[in-house]
Amino acid sequence: MKKIVKIAAGAGFSSDRILPAQDLAERADIHYLVFECLAERTIALAQREKQSHPELGYNEWLEDRMLACLAPCHRRGITIITNMGAANPQAAGAKIAEVARRLGLRGLKIAVVTGDDVLDACKAVDYPLMERSATLSSLGATIVSANAYTGSEAVVAALRMGADVIVTGRIADPSLFLAPLIHEFDWDPEDWDLIGKGIHMGHLLECSAHATGGYFADPGFKDVPDPARIGFPIAEVEADGSFIVTKLPGSGGMVTPRTLKEQTLYEVHDPAHYPTADCVADFSQVQFEQIAADRVRVTGAQGHPRPECFKVSVGYVDSYIGEGQIGYCGPNALARAQLALEMVRQRLIDAGVEATEDRFELIGVNAVRRGVRIAPVFEPEEVLIRVACRTADMRMARRVGHEVEALWLNGPAGGGGARRSANEVLAIVSVLIPRELVRTVVDYLES
Amino acid sequence: MILHDIAHARAGDKGNISDISVIAYEPEDYEFLRLYVTSERVRAHFGSMVKGRVERFEVPALAALKFVLHDALEGGVTRTLNLDIHGKSLSSSLLAMTLPDRHRSDLR
Repeated sequence: MKKIVKIAAGAGFSSDRILPAQDLAERADIHYLVFECLAERTIALAQREKQSHPELGYNEWLEDRMLACLAPCHRRGITIITNMGAANPQAAGAKIAEVARRLGLRGLKIAVVTGDDVLDACKAVDYPLMERSATLSSLGATIVSANAYTGSEAVVAALRMGADVIVTGRIADPSLFLAPLIHEFDWDPEDWDLIGKGIHMGHLLECSAHATGGYFADPGFKDVPDPARIGFPIAEVEADGSFIVTKLPGSGGMVTPRTLKEQTLYEVHDPAHYPTADCVADFSQVQFEQIAADRVRVTGAQGHPRPECFKVSVGYVDSYIGEGQIGYCGPNALARAQLALEMVRQRLIDAGVEATEDRFELIGVNAVRRGVRIAPVFEPEEVLIRVACRTADMRMARRVGHEVEALWLNGPAGGGGARRSANEVLAIVSVLIPRELVRTVVDYLES
Repeated sequence: MILHDIAHARAGDKGNISDISVIAYEPEDYEFLRLYVTSERVRAHFGSMVKGRVERFEVPALAALKFVLHDALEGGVTRTLNLDIHGKSLSSSLLAMTLPDRHRSDLR
């Protein structure tokens, strides 16, 4: 048994940077490189893509990441774990095998984890929605996907079979990082305190640079060294669940109690009661000790029995959003921008565009505050107008940006840089389903 | 004095819920935060942007407060019309909250 298991983050979201992962694959003394690439909606969008292109539906950066990391990981004995399979883990596994062969890597064992797709189970029972007092049937025929946040179990099974690369669909983010600990240290999956510590480690790493000075810099208050080259975090975990968070020497960023506090609390709601697929974690008593530069010792997380149900993200077609922007600059820019907003407002009424919700706002003045004017009003050097409307169909959504773009010839003086978009809104609601309805399956491919 | 002088913050989101951590730079400021950065003051700070209740969790071990703002993202990241779809900027916006002045030579 290894005394210390070393795990690094290779990605913290679907479009995360690739060079820091490559740096880890080439230089870091690690056993596992974990790429977490699925946000709430990513898998629903991927499902949409798979519907029109059955060979796709996995992470768009999978090939680039594998080209950058597969050879050094293979050479140095680093196991890759990733949820880049999204809506199509089988196709992702085939793509990884193809990249491996292209790189001359033979005999690579690739595990493909499926079973998180629970669309059929969600069609069989009309589960209540977590977000509002309604049930799945209120979404009618608009549902396009349903994926359960499964736990570490299938990844542990694949590790026990000696997989070199494990690719999954939806798995709870920290569970991807927890699985190697259960495997290497032979942890009892119902030793809740140990699992809680593993989940804390996973939670700290699952957003990659969030732990190492990314999304942190506030010049003069929170300065980050060499911020352009922030390295991704590494955890060195002992069998008792205590661990050190660090990063590669020579990479940018930093690891301090402050960076780790921000990530510990990130998106957990009640820090003493954070439900995950593997346990209900308690981060309220965690402790951080800076033992050397960019090395922080972490202890104190606890755990309680896991929830009886898995959370399921259900993707459905909610509505359409049409949007347009155009900019004004120089003397009287604010007045011209406000005039432009009023003109578009009138023109959308005249065009019969029915919006169930709308925004008429000024980027640089009040857009982040959602159109609410903040006093005192200043005269900006430049300002962008933004019009966004929710509509019932694509045709009306397109008219919104169309009227903004038409300000080129029909608006106030000096408008520039018009752009528009119109999109189907694939939204997410959540339901809880009994764990026993979800059966994960592991298949193996070889390069 | 504003909250930004003594604390840092990070916002996240789950569905239509905004989740904001406020962390004292110095642990001795935690009690001051606990006293003045209340759920009521946070609700007043954001005004009509937050439509549901505001919960506060205290984390003394990290000298931190956690605010959970319900119905605060106009439908949440997957369907909102907001420019900032995640409400990420709510963290920095909250740091503009004014606090009673104190005489301190070691601010920040």
